[in-house]
Amino acid sequence: MSPHDYDFLCKLLKQRSGLALAGDKQYLVESRLLPLARKAGIASLADLVAKLKERDDRLAVEVVHAMTTNESFFFRDKIPFDHFRDTIMPALLQSRAAERRIRIWCAAASTGQEPYSLAILLKEMKDKIADWRIEILGTDLATAVLDKAKAGLYTQFEVQRGLPIQLLVKYFAQIGEMWQIGADIRGMVQYRPLNLLSDFSYLGPFDLVFCRNVLIYFDQETKVDVLGRLARVTAPHGFLVLGAAETVVGLTDAFKPVPERRGLYAPAMPASAPGLAARVAAMAPRPATLVGAK
Amino acid sequence: MKTCLVVDDSSVIRKVARRILEGLDFQITEAEDGQQALAQCQRQLPDAVLLDWNMPVMDGYEFLKALRRLPGGDAPKVVFCTTENDVVHIARALHAGANEYIMKPFDKDIVEAKFHEVGLI
Repeated sequence: MSPHDYDFLCKLLKQRSGLALAGDKQYLVESRLLPLARKAGIASLADLVAKLKERDDRLAVEVVHAMTTNESFFFRDKIPFDHFRDTIMPALLQSRAAERRIRIWCAAASTGQEPYSLAILLKEMKDKIADWRIEILGTDLATAVLDKAKAGLYTQFEVQRGLPIQLLVKYFAQIGEMWQIGADIRGMVQYRPLNLLSDFSYLGPFDLVFCRNVLIYFDQETKVDVLGRLARVTAPHGFLVLGAAETVVGLTDAFKPVPERRGLYAPAMPASAPGLAARVAAMAPRPATLVGAK
Repeated sequence: MKTCLVVDDSSVIRKVARRILEGLDFQITEAEDGQQALAQCQRQLPDAVLLDWNMPVMDGYEFLKALRRLPGGDAPKVVFCTTENDVVHIARALHAGANEYIMKPFDKDIVEAKFHEVGLI
């Protein structure tokens, strides 16, 4: 691939998805886009770039989807879901007791494993939230992955990574060699396509935003912009969960890390408001394991 | 170092499982069927058992029930690893005392995830 073509693709990806590719990722671009080009009957990456320059919007969308990572699995990284069950939900059940309504946003829902993991945990605590209205919104840039998320249909490999067997048996039905999450769980999550670079202020406010493993693909300027806008849709008593390799530190003062809860952030409060330490102290203690099924 | 007994009548599966589990810092012993595995457990209980279902002489299900009846036999974490990939078999395994269940084919990520799930890693 010529440096000129690579530069063009980098700019297109940055503009459309925020994806910031370093100068040495030609191999990644080739490995992801050559199959796409062949499928579209395009002979080479040079020809693909030529078509993109003719403003082939459909092809540009396919290029962005091919380049964005959609790996996901149930209860990925475990700790965020421990936080959800043991810290976030006890705090929200207190702070939202008057309204009895909680709004959750999974900003990079991919194929649905993250929002469904949250929905499963909510089912597991159903006695505490019996008369609550809890909404989960899952958004993603790629519509193809959202179609899969809506179907809730997963391969044997997908259900074995992170999902305890007791929960598989309890919440999934076997359909041939696939496993489908139950209609009641699917009904707890709404999906819609969304590019985080575009305006999402109309979706909020949310009590909890999961935005994991997205910022790592953005450059500094885009991270600052997205975090700033996430802060504006996160309720003052709410929470933000980032991926293990992500942080707000050095990017925004709008969120502060919750002490001793890795990856968990809360909106910064005015000086007169109770500090984070006091808010965390009011939360329930953390049990040791994720899903109390053992 | 934790110990894991790999029970499978396929030498290929035992070899693959050994390689994966040694990479996760387990000390491995092997058995070709449930009876061999039970004899080993009567001498010394491992921390974990990776267990096939269909084997000659004694199958994995019968082994598991016998293991759980041994003194201290409730301690080892038992992870089934089998081609019996239906809900009925999974439910039977859990009822008999299995801690986790891997449906073949499997890979390193799945073994690691399941061993992590039951607190072995």
